[in-house]
Amino acid sequence: MSQTPALSLSGIVKRFGPLEVLRGVDLSARHGDVVAILGASGSGKSTLLRCANLLEVPEAGEISVAGEVLRLKTRPDGSRVAADRRQLDRVRTSLGMVFQQFNLWAHMTVLDNVVEAPVHVQKRNRAECVAEAEALLEKVGIADKRHHYPAHLSGGQQQRAAIARALAMRPAAMLFDEPTSSLDPELVGEVLRVIRTLAEEGRTMLLVTHELGFAREVASRAVFLHRGAIEEDGPPAQVFGAPKSERCRQFIAAQL
Amino acid sequence: MLDFALMAEAFPAILAGTGTTLKLVAGALLCGFFLAVPTALAADSRSRILRGTAAGYVLFFRGTPLLVQIFLIYYGLGQFEAVRASIFWPILREPWWCALLALSLNTGAYTGEIVRGGLQSVPAGQIEAARAAGMSGLLLYRRIIAPIALRQALPAYSNEVVSMIKATALASTITIMEITGIARTFISQTFKPIEIFLVAGAIYLVLNFFAAQLLRALERHLSPHRRPI
Repeated sequence: MSQTPALSLSGIVKRFGPLEVLRGVDLSARHGDVVAILGASGSGKSTLLRCANLLEVPEAGEISVAGEVLRLKTRPDGSRVAADRRQLDRVRTSLGMVFQQFNLWAHMTVLDNVVEAPVHVQKRNRAECVAEAEALLEKVGIADKRHHYPAHLSGGQQQRAAIARALAMRPAAMLFDEPTSSLDPELVGEVLRVIRTLAEEGRTMLLVTHELGFAREVASRAVFLHRGAIEEDGPPAQVFGAPKSERCRQFIAAQL
Repeated sequence: MLDFALMAEAFPAILAGTGTTLKLVAGALLCGFFLAVPTALAADSRSRILRGTAAGYVLFFRGTPLLVQIFLIYYGLGQFEAVRASIFWPILREPWWCALLALSLNTGAYTGEIVRGGLQSVPAGQIEAARAAGMSGLLLYRRIIAPIALRQALPAYSNEVVSMIKATALASTITIMEITGIARTFISQTFKPIEIFLVAGAIYLVLNFFAAQLLRALERHLSPHRRPI
């Protein structure tokens, strides 16, 4: 395999006003890595994930996807923005993002949600995209719902549709931002099963989650964030079983 | 006792003004929409100058009576030599264009606020999902923001359409022969305002009924996601 990481974040600093949410975080994922990002709420784990595709723009630090560095420029007020919107849009299509709140486009059917970006952003052939989308919906188990609107689906079905939507861009890596946190307990399993399948296929994934048991089974690596810094980073067996950091140990003990 | 014979006689004549009324409405709504979109975008822009311009425009045209606006444009502008000397004078001296201008500017201000409300109602998460999928700029507006905003704004906009249909009656004050203009001519000849205004009022009622039905049908057509399965 290539030595270039699929995704690399280095020296990421993010502030919201006076609050420093990320204090120089380094995280990289090789191809096929499933990195579970853990931490208490407010530890900055979702923000870190959102920096990967610049939904949050870090005040300092560098992001590169498959070796390509995202170019940033500084505005007069000191904040940073993407220097090249086309590069940003292209790189974003190579990172499939799944949100806590699903965020399906309410005015489109499930199938239209899935083919939207491939057809309109990636300019691929529509018929081909529809065929691929139907296969993806089959894979996540909601092929029968393809002509329904998001509002007519359960949370678990919506989240599986959102996963299909992200996969349809043929992304190099998947970003999961607490994908099961707004689901009713009985619907969590169906979404985790889909994510597990993707992990077993060897997809590169960053997974922010509170499902520690699931993370331990599925992840190839676990990262524990505390107050905007990485406290623990290693194979799940080590992070869950024998953490070096006392805070990580306490967090795991309290959750499991 | 109502003079039904007069009403029957007046009806076709007043009905003939419907074309003029509808032309005014359609023209004003069209021009107003093209004013409204930039107004809405300017009102939420980063530039203070744009925000101020939009706010001033909306404040003036929502804050003063339409009748005053029509008079200001029709009677007021002609007082200025610069206006009379300008290339716009052939247009600004015509009551028809003055009425259309006033109605357009007026509905543009209201519709601007409606469009702004629609844009603000688009859930942030859906915009974020679109950005994460590589959409930006016009594509993002065309595929995600505009369709959602339009659906949100439609109920408020149908109110504005109905208001506009009624507001065209004020054009009669500057000699436009639309429904109310013809009715007023009839009244000055017959001195029977009740009969004539009943006829004119009924025509407006029917027009508005169909306009509201049309917009409701459009709303239903555009919002299959809000219907139960």
